[in-house]
Amino acid sequence: MALLIKEARLIDPSRGVDAINDILIKGEKISEVGPDLLPAGGVDVIDCTGKIVCPGLIDMHTHLREPGREDKETIATGMMAAAAGGFTTIACMPNTSPVNDTASVTEYILGRAKVIDTVRVLPVGSITKGLRGESLSEIGELKAAGAAALSDDGMPVMNADLMRNALDYAGMFDLLIISHCEDKKLAGDGVMNEGRMSTRLGLSGIPSAAEEIMVAREICLARLTKRSVHIAHVSTAGSVRLIRQAKAEGLPVTAEVTPHHLCLTEEAVAGFDPNTKVNPPLRTKADQEALIEGLQDGTIDVIASDHAPHTLVEKELEYDYAPFGIIGMETSLPLILTRLYHKGILNISQIIEKMSCNPARILKIDPARLAPGDVADITVIDPEKEKIVDVSAFRSKARNCPFHGWPLKGYPSLTIYHGKITFNELK
Amino acid sequence: MMTASQSDRLNKKDLLGIEDLSKEEIELILNNADAFKEVLTRDIKKVPTLRGKTVINLFLEPSTRTRTSFEIAEKRLSADTINISAQGSSLVKGETLKDMAKNLEAMNPDIIVIRHSASGSPHMLARLCRFSVINAGDGAHEHPTQALLDMLTIREKRGGLSGLKIAIVGDILHSRVARSNIFGLTRMGANVRVIGPPTLIPPFVEDLGVEVYHDLKEGVRGMDIIMMLRIQKERENRSLFPTIREYARFFCLTKERVALAKDDCLIMHPGPINRGVEIDPEVADGPYSVILNQVTNGVAIRMAVLYLLSGEKG
Repeated sequence: MALLIKEARLIDPSRGVDAINDILIKGEKISEVGPDLLPAGGVDVIDCTGKIVCPGLIDMHTHLREPGREDKETIATGMMAAAAGGFTTIACMPNTSPVNDTASVTEYILGRAKVIDTVRVLPVGSITKGLRGESLSEIGELKAAGAAALSDDGMPVMNADLMRNALDYAGMFDLLIISHCEDKKLAGDGVMNEGRMSTRLGLSGIPSAAEEIMVAREICLARLTKRSVHIAHVSTAGSVRLIRQAKAEGLPVTAEVTPHHLCLTEEAVAGFDPNTKVNPPLRTKADQEALIEGLQDGTIDVIASDHAPHTLVEKELEYDYAPFGIIGMETSLPLILTRLYHKGILNISQIIEKMSCNPARILKIDPARLAPGDVADITVIDPEKEKIVDVSAFRSKARNCPFHGWPLKGYPSLTIYHGKITFNELK
Repeated sequence: MMTASQSDRLNKKDLLGIEDLSKEEIELILNNADAFKEVLTRDIKKVPTLRGKTVINLFLEPSTRTRTSFEIAEKRLSADTINISAQGSSLVKGETLKDMAKNLEAMNPDIIVIRHSASGSPHMLARLCRFSVINAGDGAHEHPTQALLDMLTIREKRGGLSGLKIAIVGDILHSRVARSNIFGLTRMGANVRVIGPPTLIPPFVEDLGVEVYHDLKEGVRGMDIIMMLRIQKERENRSLFPTIREYARFFCLTKERVALAKDDCLIMHPGPINRGVEIDPEVADGPYSVILNQVTNGVAIRMAVLYLLSGEKG
């Protein structure tokens, strides 16, 4: 099995590459990169003229729901959605049922992923048993089973002493802690951003401070322990400022932002569409501008989807009763290309850094590169392709996406995982 | 009963909130309510306006006053009315609001009046179904017919709304009555202020065009109208204030405090009243209290709204 990618614009920011070249893939690996490679017998030639070829994209924040909530998503459907979104690696959060707080759950996820084998799945173990915030999970066992990071995503560890121990203890195993920053008491029964819109709509608000207090705490703990902490889905201007200061101080703090926080504001809640209900909530225009500045100046390292599938029935409830979450893997790249690339906010190299190189560096996995000898995890992007978002065409089981009907420009057209085509919309 | 320049129906399928109404639409409703008030003084208080129309009162949160007022309004317009309350409804059997709405729709009602504890529920119903939806109170969002009957009451007593100084006092944060009145009164040109402890004032409320006061005595000074809101005992548990007793000490509308307002200041309250908590009995029953006029006007306003929405789906 061999593939020859012809005439593509190769962009590999990790090595400063940006040139028209061909890539020959043999088996799982890249065998040759260079101009005018000739197809030998038995090689499938893929003409990528006008396309961008980059290291496989990584989504370091997803929810696959299996085990336990296969009605929302399965590992299989989540992996298909990932491939269709241009991703070759995804990390999945531990709030499954049972929680991924033991080696056996991690092994189960990896086992299912191996069977389907269309994208690399990195299970994130829980910091605390059952996400209860009371005592540490068996972190060493999780690491040995293949957990790639730790997080109590959605159920933040409110006990600072426990979080300090988690950082120190996980540091021994070189496991990254990903923190969903939210003071649950201050967030209260909020269902949207606290501000002008919540006042107008009579919905309970979640103040920015609920996030910022915890971002500040994690920064203090990173300073105390000298351990790395990654701040998930940053949503407020205040958080961006805190992280910028922490980085200026040289603390090992990294951060991610979601496409939906970059593309929507609290104004989107006006029609009470439960698909706009997400945690952290959609914030204000000023927050959005700060997030974009954070991406531009490197304060925010990563773009990750926080793909959070729910059933149609759950999202058809009253706004107060519907669960939080937006799916994102299949709209992530097109939203980012439309919102950031075509508007001249980030160039294509910066986008690839934030969606591939930086997640690899932060998760300490082998960087996806486009060099001979490397595993062939490759995304081909058609930056000019225009298509209207149609949730009924998603590979994901879920439909909870507020972007249905949006015209977007720039889509993945081919995804190659370990030398194998997992998604192909090249015409 | 109409002036020639006005259209005789609201150009809307639903009444979801005052925020969506123009000044002209509010005036149209108030003018129609004036006409229906005349009907209510007759010996036979029934007109055939909605004969053959079906109205369902879907009350998923307890209510006596508003539900009764709607039902009387519907019956006086000769509509066929059905009441559904939370107890005994299929919602307790696990049916979703969407399924319930679709089932009701299958029986072809003309109008559904909905009261629900979750903000935005009437909007969901309106989006999903063909029938007209009247919001009878959704969460802390809006209670449009309450604001309309308040505006009708003020207009009757003062001849208009523009330029009046109006204070709304109490739990603004959780009050749909406050929101609807803020939207309506500011649109009609009144000067509106809200008064309450900072814990019960929603953020950025100034952006809705109102001033904020935390001192009741200072706040009521020179007011034409004082609108009191019911304070709920549950708020004490969330420590939004220490005790009802302390709340009453600082925010109960007493005779002494009313004396700081204009001499003929009207006292309003959407009910039900907590006597001695947010309003002193002497004030509630005093000469300038229009609390019972509000209740009477509620029927006329609801008749007007039902009438104005009933012609839209030809």
